[in-house]
Amino acid sequence: MYDTIIIGAGLSGLAAGIRLAYYERPVCIVEKHTTIGGLNSFYRLRKRDHDVGLHAVTNYAKPGTKTGPLSKLLRQLRLRWEDFDLTPQCGSTVAFPGVTLRFTNEFDVLEQQIAETFPTQIDGFRRLVRRINEHDELNLAARESSAREVVSSEITDPLLVDMLFCPLMFYGSPTAHDMDFTQFVIMFKAVFQEGFGRPHEGVRLIMRKLVKQFRGFGGELRLRAGVQRILSDNGRVTGVQLEDGTVLEAKHVVSSAGSAETMRLCDVEPAEPEPYRPGAISFVETIFSLDCMPSDLGHNETIVFYNDSNRFAYDAPHEPIDLRSGIICSPNNFQYDKPLDEGRVRITALANPDYWMTLPQEQYVAEKEAWTQRIVESALRFMPDFRSHVVDTDAFTPRTITKFTSHFNGAVYGAPHKIRSGQTHLQNLFLCGTDQGFLGIIGSMLSGITIANLHLLKAN
Amino acid sequence: MSADQIRQVILNILIRIAPDNDLTNLKDEVPFREQMELDSMDFLDIVMEIRKRYRVQIPEEDYTFLNTMASTVGYLLPRLQAATA
Repeated sequence: MYDTIIIGAGLSGLAAGIRLAYYERPVCIVEKHTTIGGLNSFYRLRKRDHDVGLHAVTNYAKPGTKTGPLSKLLRQLRLRWEDFDLTPQCGSTVAFPGVTLRFTNEFDVLEQQIAETFPTQIDGFRRLVRRINEHDELNLAARESSAREVVSSEITDPLLVDMLFCPLMFYGSPTAHDMDFTQFVIMFKAVFQEGFGRPHEGVRLIMRKLVKQFRGFGGELRLRAGVQRILSDNGRVTGVQLEDGTVLEAKHVVSSAGSAETMRLCDVEPAEPEPYRPGAISFVETIFSLDCMPSDLGHNETIVFYNDSNRFAYDAPHEPIDLRSGIICSPNNFQYDKPLDEGRVRITALANPDYWMTLPQEQYVAEKEAWTQRIVESALRFMPDFRSHVVDTDAFTPRTITKFTSHFNGAVYGAPHKIRSGQTHLQNLFLCGTDQGFLGIIGSMLSGITIANLHLLKAN
Repeated sequence: MSADQIRQVILNILIRIAPDNDLTNLKDEVPFREQMELDSMDFLDIVMEIRKRYRVQIPEEDYTFLNTMASTVGYLLPRLQAATA
């Protein structure tokens, strides 16, 4: 009998597991896939290492920082700053027709750009920042409200409103067009105020440290152990049944599988399924390995968030891919002491999940290749032409994401409605991760920690 | 355990929880929160670490006794003596 079974060995599940294992709870993480990582995983293809999910770690903080999400997280997991080896970004941009805003890990840079480019809006922007700073985004009882309403009440130029929303939605919004204000605050602080960093080795390093810590404290990790059913009796979870038939008993179950995905596993479904509606925002990502560094071609930005239209549309597109906007990520463009082995460009764009899910296999491969070319042509309006330097290409779609993470619709930011308390219709079944609602790499780990602290450690 | 030993135990826990804080000049009568960056998660950790090391349960209504080093030691002294006797 375990104290706790955690479903999913991604960032949130491992973080929750570390907390419980450290305090000597018998805890087992069950992971369906052959490897760890979940929505932030990694793979090796044709002798090249790739990251999935992670473009950059948001919530960057310098070594020695005592406050903020990163230092909170490190303390809670008993890790040192050096363990994540975060190297700060070189600088990123939001590129819209006729206007480009640059931002770095120094918030003043963005503020100054806005003062210069949108002189009539800077006072409103500063008022907005004050409201963001005063908002307690960690309050689990906060009510949902429209971020667009709040932002538009301070900033009257819709172009600037859209330019602020663009990176925050691309990096964390499960909802189309608008975000919950609390989610907006989490992302604003994570992206604009704290900024981007990346380990030289990528997400592998972070995952490896988490697993080492979890196992070192006595936690048990089972790979290729998909959950078939969450078993319950009289409103209480009793354990899980694995796909191979094994039954594991536990006093508590914490699931990072997603809210709708978790409900589907329950032998007794919730009376009100509406809060657990799955999300439908997904992406196609194309990955190019180059025979030179992006900077050799004059591309020095860490991330470029681009949009070619007057308004920024964030929704699942009707066509297979939305070519109007996207994200260009160059993992080379962080301030490393030594360069990465190879130049890389990753370009990501909104995709229609249904289209990619239902294509027959032969057509799927051909369509993936055709749309990869279209995505590149679209992105080349915002970066130097790198096509003659490409030595290898790969791409993943909503279908790939569902295959490896079991998240419905390949929804990378999960359900539109977050279950912030982590509580479900079963007394001792809790949610953590994407659908609990703390966003980003650091946020997902804080989600696991928060749920473990609140419902499992503090309670008894 | 003596009061001095308990004080050292608490110091060790604080170092573990908040390694970036300088605790050499920690004032025993001043609340921890005024001298270091500690949030509610950290307070939970102090409680949990004491429980882990000495099997002493501290109910939530008693968390106010953990505000300063002096009050923490005063609160724990009889309990840890019972636990380690």
